[in-house]
Amino acid sequence: MSTIELRQLTKRFGRFTAVREVDLSVRAGEVVCLLGPSGCGKTTTLRLIAGLERPSSGDVLVAGKRVNDLKPEQRDIAMVFQFYALYPALSVRENIMFPLHYERLDVASARSRVARVAEILHLQDVLERRPGEISEGEKQRVAVGRSIVRTPTCFLFDEPLSRLDVELRESMRGQIKTVLTGLSKATVIVTHDQLEALTMADRIAIMRDGVIEQAASPHEVFARPANVFIASFIGTPQMNLLEARYDGFVDGRAAFDLQGDPVRLKVDPAVQRLPQGKVTLGIRPRALAPNGVASLETLTGRAELIEPMGAETLVHARTRSGREVRVVVPRDARVRVGETLHLKADLAQTHVFDGSGKAVRT
Amino acid sequence: MSDITSAASAGPAATEPPLPLLERLGFRGASGVGEAGWLRTLLAAIVSLLYFFPVLWIILTAFKTYDDVLAVRAKFIFTPTLDNFRQVFSRAYSVQGQVQDTGFTLAFINSIVTATISVTVALVIGTFAAFGFSRYPLKGNDTYLFIVLTTRMLPAIVVIIPIFLMFRVTGLAGTHLGIILLYTAFNLPFTIWMMKSFFDELSRDVEDAARIDGSSDARVFLKICLPQVVAGLAATAVFGLILTWNEFLFARLLSGVETRTVPVAMAQTIGGDIGVRWGLLAATETLFLIPVIIVTFALQNQLLRGVTFGTIKR
Repeated sequence: MSTIELRQLTKRFGRFTAVREVDLSVRAGEVVCLLGPSGCGKTTTLRLIAGLERPSSGDVLVAGKRVNDLKPEQRDIAMVFQFYALYPALSVRENIMFPLHYERLDVASARSRVARVAEILHLQDVLERRPGEISEGEKQRVAVGRSIVRTPTCFLFDEPLSRLDVELRESMRGQIKTVLTGLSKATVIVTHDQLEALTMADRIAIMRDGVIEQAASPHEVFARPANVFIASFIGTPQMNLLEARYDGFVDGRAAFDLQGDPVRLKVDPAVQRLPQGKVTLGIRPRALAPNGVASLETLTGRAELIEPMGAETLVHARTRSGREVRVVVPRDARVRVGETLHLKADLAQTHVFDGSGKAVRT
Repeated sequence: MSDITSAASAGPAATEPPLPLLERLGFRGASGVGEAGWLRTLLAAIVSLLYFFPVLWIILTAFKTYDDVLAVRAKFIFTPTLDNFRQVFSRAYSVQGQVQDTGFTLAFINSIVTATISVTVALVIGTFAAFGFSRYPLKGNDTYLFIVLTTRMLPAIVVIIPIFLMFRVTGLAGTHLGIILLYTAFNLPFTIWMMKSFFDELSRDVEDAARIDGSSDARVFLKICLPQVVAGLAATAVFGLILTWNEFLFARLLSGVETRTVPVAMAQTIGGDIGVRWGLLAATETLFLIPVIIVTFALQNQLLRGVTFGTIKR
């Protein structure tokens, strides 16, 4: 049984629909990331689960019980806010202890719980300070501490790492993942950072305009994006998306016309069922090998801009028809500006999207 | 080291040196001239002196003899006397008259009681009301807020006639209850508006967090919101206190012999058969100043934070 379940959940603010008929379920112990650009409805979805917003229609179920009409304080949920929302007038200790009044613990056991949480999150030294007197990273840990001091049915995180600098973010990501693994509760994390989602989530639900476009494992959303939006949203550098005309199958290969630039590519056999016409070809920059020979099976482009990224080098090439193609090559492959590249695409990472943007796959 | 790395690596912060004595007493930046430099500090001192001069003059006058007060070349150096202060409490009302109690002590107590009670009651009711207006808006919330303020938009002299009638009809004229009710009602609009602006500034996320952590509305208000607006409460209280303490017009018309406040008593010292006794008046005013100065000074730190709106840290 899933711990959190959303059924046809819809939230409208006046004329604007922030969340549209969302179905999602989160099992106990599962971490689901709501990922999407800003304004896509992911935070509203989280607030609907928490009870901070009331749904316009549809249901929120927590632990199998419909909670639509329950106030936030009755839902037995813990939430970490984007801006931490620490209680400014209380010390760190009192902040972490605050949710415990829920369980009517005596002072001694409450203090020992706080001590345990403080130890896990390395907050022992700042327990007597106020939120205004601790660093950003410590605030973040206090916010997490306040949520894990109790054992609620589920955890909600709203952009938990967005306020931290890069270095701190990486270490906190690991810490949160460790803590969450130890708790094995249903967890929903809202983020706009795909790396955060890919590293922390068991499943990623990618939202756009209030709709969940795809909900699948990090591997799945990367390897088998459901549509052009997902394909462009997940993965850095961004997937090459080339508009093309599909001309049918020839010798077991699909023939495409990239604006006067004909190519034949090995693609998913499901493409055979596609009528001729407009499609979008999606090829990840890392799926293009620059050392092919000139043929119909390779894309030809001239290297225009070289960006070394450390372990790898990003090459911006331009095809004869003037389209930009991004290629990631190993550091030791010395590509020079002006060089002509024959790019060979990896079948497993070549995606064909039909005219409406949906992936064509078996 | 950049801010970010120092924040990240900040374990226990370096212990700050203890504040110098003057600053601990509440004089901010009393040690040193600060960054503004001598010239600007001097300019500020001159302007401050201009503002303080009338008060200083009254205090000086309070210690002068009748003749010194009237000296044509105003005297800055003179032999101080406490005669005026003695006369504040008991004096003869005419040249040949007997020395009798002036009732000043009673007026002083009246002032303290009415001001304290009305400001406190207004603060309690007003804070609840402000939280309501801020967090649970009514239909037409702004209209109510506006209406609450209307009596304060007119000069006091305009509203005094209907209020006088209301007091006559209810029999509240001349009673302690009446004057306390009146001042409470006067302090309320101001308290509501001030406190609402403080509540509006608070982060809603913090309250949402408290709710999710299992708090009822009452607990959110008492444990989370109220502690964040302590500075606002102090500022509102001080302003309310000053307004109430100095109020003259309504007190003059609506208080009786037993309930009159110091401003009314003060006005009654003017007149008599030997002209205005400036020294006496100044002594009364000096005594009258003391409570306000004590309260303001006691709340100084809160007040400074309170009057600089928008300083609430997120």
